[in-house]
Amino acid sequence: MGLFSKLRAALKKTKEGVAQKMRRLFLKNKLGDEFYDELEEILISADVSVRTAEAVVDEVRGEAIGNRVKDESFVTDLLKDILEETLNEAPVPEIEYPCVMMFVGVNGVGKTTTIGKIANYFVRDKKSVTVAAADTFRAAAIDQLNVWADRAKVRIVKHEEGSDPSAVVFDAVSSARAKNTDVLLIDTAGRLHVKDNLMNELKKMDRVVAREYPEAKFYKFLVLDATTGQNAYAQAKVFQEAVSLDGIVLTKLDGTAKGGFVFSLCGELKIPVVFAGVGEGIDDIERFDATEFVEGFF
Amino acid sequence: MALFASLSERLNHIFSKLTKRGKLTELEIRTAMREVRIALLEADVNLKVAKEFIAEVSEKAVGQQVLQSLNPAQQVIKIVNDELTALMGSGNAKLEVSPKPPTVIMMCGLQGAGKTTMCAKLAVQLKKQGKKPLLAACDIYRPAAIDQLKVVGGKAGAEVFEKGTQDPVKTAKQAVEYAKKMGYDTVVIDTAGRLHIDDKLMHELEEIEKAVSVTEILLTVDAMTGQDAVNVAETFNARLNITGVILTKLDGDTRGGACLSIKAVTGKPIKFIGVGEKITDLEPFYPDRMASRILGMGDVLSLIEKAQEAVTEQQAKEMERKMRENSFTLTDYLTQFETLKRMGGASALMSMLPGAGKYRIREEDIDEKKLERIRAAILSMTPKERENPQIINASRKRRIALGSGTTVQDVNQLLKQFEQTKLLMKQMKGKNKIRF
Repeated sequence: MGLFSKLRAALKKTKEGVAQKMRRLFLKNKLGDEFYDELEEILISADVSVRTAEAVVDEVRGEAIGNRVKDESFVTDLLKDILEETLNEAPVPEIEYPCVMMFVGVNGVGKTTTIGKIANYFVRDKKSVTVAAADTFRAAAIDQLNVWADRAKVRIVKHEEGSDPSAVVFDAVSSARAKNTDVLLIDTAGRLHVKDNLMNELKKMDRVVAREYPEAKFYKFLVLDATTGQNAYAQAKVFQEAVSLDGIVLTKLDGTAKGGFVFSLCGELKIPVVFAGVGEGIDDIERFDATEFVEGFF
Repeated sequence: MALFASLSERLNHIFSKLTKRGKLTELEIRTAMREVRIALLEADVNLKVAKEFIAEVSEKAVGQQVLQSLNPAQQVIKIVNDELTALMGSGNAKLEVSPKPPTVIMMCGLQGAGKTTMCAKLAVQLKKQGKKPLLAACDIYRPAAIDQLKVVGGKAGAEVFEKGTQDPVKTAKQAVEYAKKMGYDTVVIDTAGRLHIDDKLMHELEEIEKAVSVTEILLTVDAMTGQDAVNVAETFNARLNITGVILTKLDGDTRGGACLSIKAVTGKPIKFIGVGEKITDLEPFYPDRMASRILGMGDVLSLIEKAQEAVTEQQAKEMERKMRENSFTLTDYLTQFETLKRMGGASALMSMLPGAGKYRIREEDIDEKKLERIRAAILSMTPKERENPQIINASRKRRIALGSGTTVQDVNQLLKQFEQTKLLMKQMKGKNKIRF
């Protein structure tokens, strides 16, 4: 990934970034309680969870006391290091083939669009790809995925709207195996994590893949909207408990939100961010890079 | 959610040490407000909004109100709650109606906020009021967005006007002309989701607004939005001068602090909230209830109102009499289940109770299917059996089980539960006047 990757560029769009805020903070304050309170607030403004922000700032404070150099760049670099380390606490899985990737998440985070882009990502990488339209609930979701499948020139397995999503998954798995497909991408209906019946439906789909296609590597990715606030943690936690997640796809990073909640997801829940969505075009998806993300975050 | 101790719990904890002294110093208020600040931030209230809010509340709290109060924690919660409610506006705002029909409502917002679904929900609402709505499909970018509107519009029984992927400004214009000709009194325009910083697409919305005389511009916002909600709302409002806000996905466990931020930066009323995936899942916005939710105090008011809707005054009186006389029968038991069902089922009800979030009562625990089985079993009983459960012997039990598709164990369990309920009512009798 280049120095000026799309990810970093996308994150730079905010009116006043973390870096500018920190500059202002340094001009105004000496290192002291007030300074650290404000540092904490800067992080919270970027949707870092309150708990993580407190922990990170405590660490900065501890380091700063031990060291003599206490200028702006020292604290900034320190903060960057700590944040990057937090992201690295959840190692990104290597992708092995053949594999199945199931995309889950609440409504409207961009699952279908993400699958379109990821299908294209693997096609560019010379892999054979099939997508499965297992969102049989939302009106026209199947049509939407169909358009993306055409754009990426990949096969699609679909049933009628309103049919059993697990049956779609079953057929898709059989088809992927028969055709030696490298990557099977499964789209699922958006569901709020508090709806237990819908979470049970998801668990069933999870079981179908595990049972019917044990020879394939099975990844379950939670798609999260970067605009989301503190609720992202609850979403990740409940989806994690339901289907044990392998990673996160962070979408809509081309807006002004920074998705600061990922630090607690990596640090506390140990779920790595795998892909980042940075625009509406078919090529606007990237493998997540912790260093780039932290740079862009500032 | 256990992760975030509710504000009332936090405050009760702080003030538990203070009750003996009965006095509050400024320093103590400051400590309390620090907790309020954290609670607001954890609820996604924007930092700047939270700070202003705290400053205002502190001023009021440091005065006599709190000092003279017997229960300082409660007093602080009340002040905080009142201020929150005030900030989010008073009463619920209705949709404006144009004096020169059709009334045109333009939906706008970020991608995935729930605009298309909301169009259908609004159509249902408008039809309920005797209006004749037309939905206009102006999202030409997202694949299959027009199809989606057609499907949900069909479910709502509203016609959908679409001209494929032609210029949305033109489609909007034609839709309004069509509405005039065909006698539709309201046009709801569905637009594509767009980033507030996407100048070209924001301009498109301005063009639509200019082309047709728009009565309402409703910004649709996902209730789970974080700190960025202020940027989004500020920009949409600056460019389009929105007339109101719709919050979606409030059926999740988000505390919805974005709501407060949006209200604070735009000053525009929140008109509706989306509370589920069905097209009837639309509710008016009540600032007082939202305040309790942001503070994590449960939606007690909603619960009371739902109960009032489901139970008629007469039914309530009758129930009270029966409890007094201890003549509660299985027929009444059945009525109670049906009331519960009308209130949206046991799990929906539990989710509104304060503290229920803490224990995260799952649907498995309440098992709606089990309630259905109980209902079926009672329905399979003769009227005589319902009034006199004592006469239900083994052979009657078999017949009931067979008739209701349950087992004898199910019937036994039901009878046992009924006896326990009766016993409970006997204990409550006299203690309190019970209203449902």
